[in-house]
Amino acid sequence: MKVSAIITLKKDVLDPQGKVIYQTLDGMGFKDIKEVRQGKYFEIDVNENDPTKAKVIVEDMCKKLLANLVIENYKIIETQ
Amino acid sequence: MKSSVITFPGSNCDRDIDVALNKFGFKNKMVWHNDHELPKSDLVVLPGGFSYGDYLRCGSMASKSKIMHSVINFAKSGGLLMGICNGFQILVETGLLPGVLLRNKYLEFICKNVYVKVDNKENLYFKNLDKEVFEFHIAHNEGNYFCTKDQLKEIEDNNQVALYYCNDEGKTEDQFNPNGSIKNIAGIFNKEKNVLGMMPHPERMIDQSLSGEDGSLFFKNLINNLK
Repeated sequence: MKVSAIITLKKDVLDPQGKVIYQTLDGMGFKDIKEVRQGKYFEIDVNENDPTKAKVIVEDMCKKLLANLVIENYKIIETQ
Repeated sequence: MKSSVITFPGSNCDRDIDVALNKFGFKNKMVWHNDHELPKSDLVVLPGGFSYGDYLRCGSMASKSKIMHSVINFAKSGGLLMGICNGFQILVETGLLPGVLLRNKYLEFICKNVYVKVDNKENLYFKNLDKEVFEFHIAHNEGNYFCTKDQLKEIEDNNQVALYYCNDEGKTEDQFNPNGSIKNIAGIFNKEKNVLGMMPHPERMIDQSLSGEDGSLFFKNLINNLK
């Protein structure tokens, strides 16, 4: 089954890319935004049909490689 | 003195550091990332470059390479392990050094000479150096050192800051910070001071006709300290 993981920067970590995207959007006329934070999205096809087990596997991947827990948070979403 | 330099796919300062180490008396060996065993070494260096194309996060893939098991064991048993630039990024990803290196504050790749100040000489890397301020070269996109408040307190309490960005007089003010690093930090040690990570490249300052000699002072002193 497919499991997705979203990695985002923690709140107090500076996100210069998000800031530049925000400024560009603002310059384009999108005035109703307060902040933009950029993150990463992973879609992982796991050889496991039990959603709980599949999520545990992807969570382990997030902890060990996909996210750096000093600066990032991860969130796992079951997709299929 | 024997040294080893690890080459990852995408390393591009591995031969520069090889030249520098050999020039000042090390017998250096190049080690491929897929090897399992580290040759007997007094010093191991993780070189600069763009290992694995900087995919995911700089240094993250290289930190899981096969050779890194031996390198981590070498460091944990007290061996001298130095990471320069991408090597520093790899070291923080292994967890041997605290913190992380973020994208430069102004989103620019920075390539220029900077001054750095040696903060702590009670270690084999900087012991006996007769000056504090060095001119080294930096070339990076992700050199913005960041750590949590608790980590910063621990780093400062244990005198783990190795180098600060500064001016030619050693003033570590914000205007001399090229990349937004917390507290102008350019390099740090682990608690035991045998693992050193730094963004500047001393190996690019080993010939007066090309650049400068401050790297020569560093390497000459290092090999003398190890003898």
